Amino acid sequence: MKSTIIKSLLIISTLMFIYYAHSHFDSYTLSILNNIGIFAILALSYNLINGVTGQFSLEPNGFVAIGAYMTALFLIPTDTKIDMFALVDPAPVVLQMKANFLPAILAGGVAAAFIALMLSFPVFRVRGDYLAIVTLGFGFIIRIFAINNPEYTNGSLGLNDIPDSANFLWIGTIALITFIVMIHIVYSKYGRAMKAVRDDEDAALAMGINTFRIKTTAFMTSAFFEGIGGGLLASFLTTISPDQFTFLLTFQLLIIIVLGGLGSMSGTLLATILVMGSMEWLRFLDDDMVIFGMHTGAHPGMRMVIFAILLIIMMLFARRGLFGDRELGDILKLKFSKREDNAK
Amino acid sequence: MDFSTFLQQIVNGASLGSMYALIAIGYTMVYGVLRLINFAHGDIMMVGAFMTYLATSMGMPFGIAVLFGILVSVAVGILTDKVAYKPLRDAPKISLLITAIGISFLLENLFNVLFGGVPRAFDAPEYLTKVLHLGEIYLPVTVIIIPIVTVFILTSVLWVLYRTKYGMAIRALAFDIPTVKLMGANADSIITIVFILGSALAAVGGIFYAISYPSIDPLMGVIVGLKAFAAAVLGGIGSVTGAVIGGFILGFTEIFVVALFPELGGYKDAFAFFFLILVLLFRPTGIMGEDLERSRF
Repeated sequence: MKSTIIKSLLIISTLMFIYYAHSHFDSYTLSILNNIGIFAILALSYNLINGVTGQFSLEPNGFVAIGAYMTALFLIPTDTKIDMFALVDPAPVVLQMKANFLPAILAGGVAAAFIALMLSFPVFRVRGDYLAIVTLGFGFIIRIFAINNPEYTNGSLGLNDIPDSANFLWIGTIALITFIVMIHIVYSKYGRAMKAVRDDEDAALAMGINTFRIKTTAFMTSAFFEGIGGGLLASFLTTISPDQFTFLLTFQLLIIIVLGGLGSMSGTLLATILVMGSMEWLRFLDDDMVIFGMHTGAHPGMRMVIFAILLIIMMLFARRGLFGDRELGDILKLKFSKREDNAK
Repeated sequence: MDFSTFLQQIVNGASLGSMYALIAIGYTMVYGVLRLINFAHGDIMMVGAFMTYLATSMGMPFGIAVLFGILVSVAVGILTDKVAYKPLRDAPKISLLITAIGISFLLENLFNVLFGGVPRAFDAPEYLTKVLHLGEIYLPVTVIIIPIVTVFILTSVLWVLYRTKYGMAIRALAFDIPTVKLMGANADSIITIVFILGSALAAVGGIFYAISYPSIDPLMGVIVGLKAFAAAVLGGIGSVTGAVIGGFILGFTEIFVVALFPELGGYKDAFAFFFLILVLLFRPTGIMGEDLERSRF
């Protein structure tokens, strides 16, 4: 009872913050907040398959691309499409696609979830790490398809003039919903089954858990929210091209979930703020620097070198990340009631 | 397609397949021993090509430069294992995979910072870039040399694996690491040998790649590495012979599908992926493999 009140208060105050930020903050702060919101959606759903279910996948960039293209095609007005497709005429179905904002991003999510279902048949039939390599390949294939099918995607030119309906009200609220859904999944019967698959697949199978179905469910849920995140990203940036959805995107999300703790949703939320903040703050590393009077020249990629080293060091020395696989609530509860015997 | 074009494509396919085979062996051996998809393996190949490029541009003769490239790649391979993989031998598998991704991303971005992301022209010496005309067939010298050198290297690797004590140790390790340790063998130094062999072959593959497509960039290893892994799965992961067969099948497929259906040219890089999906769907153990949980060379 008490916890229900606390939860409701938390949700209401978050919604109030989102509304306040939307109407009062300046556009730079809002753009950072929007970025954090979108990455939170992506990282939370990525953590469901990687952290909670323990199936190492490298898919986010592929599913984000699907969601982004789907949403963009639904949102761009028909006349703009005809003007924009410079390489070939758009396919008739592209011209017919038209929807409001919410159906458009949901369509992106559904499309991504459908692709995830298709991928899970070859991948989850075998044990081992094939998910990682298949999803890594999938990210490249999506790009190849986007470039080679200009009648749907306008090829390497990408899509521009996407209506920017995604303000912080949308992004913040959807991020909040994603968080609530994820927490509920983690503590549900499915979440427990997912953790069982992660910890010992044979034991889970012996307990009567349909591990194939659990893995597929986790993968599809993850893909659905990544597709939605992609749709929001497309509308937030108003322009997308195949080169945006490279492995770099997946890598950033990987850093976030490792830092937050694989399997911890509240850790992921905190890590999203930390990583996105420091990405912004460390921007100077990529630029020309003057050290002892010598110009180092611009080094695009320097930040990523730092983050790659950070990831390796975290894996070697602090594998559990900030919160391990527990949620903030569990950690606080343990602290206050001193039930150390319940701790792992 | 007339006969001379057919022959031409056979030679091209053999050359491309050789490169995939060389790189696939490293994947399959590391997977066989550690059950790890070594994501950094494709980037080791890139290191080999870049270091050879660096040495030639500093004026070293090509032979020495190749040796230098191979040595640096081997050093990077050993270092990766010692620094990043060895402390995680008993950690959950997912930690090992994340570390491998981290190493891969580190190498790509480090070389991006050091050399810039713009592709660079790779200058091979005259005697390697010559083109012979045999009747109607164009034969770049490399296309002949690559398969020959590859066959020689593969025979040597198989000889090491099946005829020497070290090879026996590697095969034993692929079956069961704890038992090998109990028998008094030093598992870590055997794993080092696996990384030396794999990295050296990847470097050779990378140098061949750089000669054939005379341009190199820090991300060249990603897509080739992915294809080589697909080839290893196709042949049966854990099996060296399988990796070679898978590599050649993939090489021939890429060349012939593009030759027969030029409109599919844009999808060339996607074939490996479809192979991977098909193999996982219909014969997850690949051509030579029998059981995924165990493996043999």
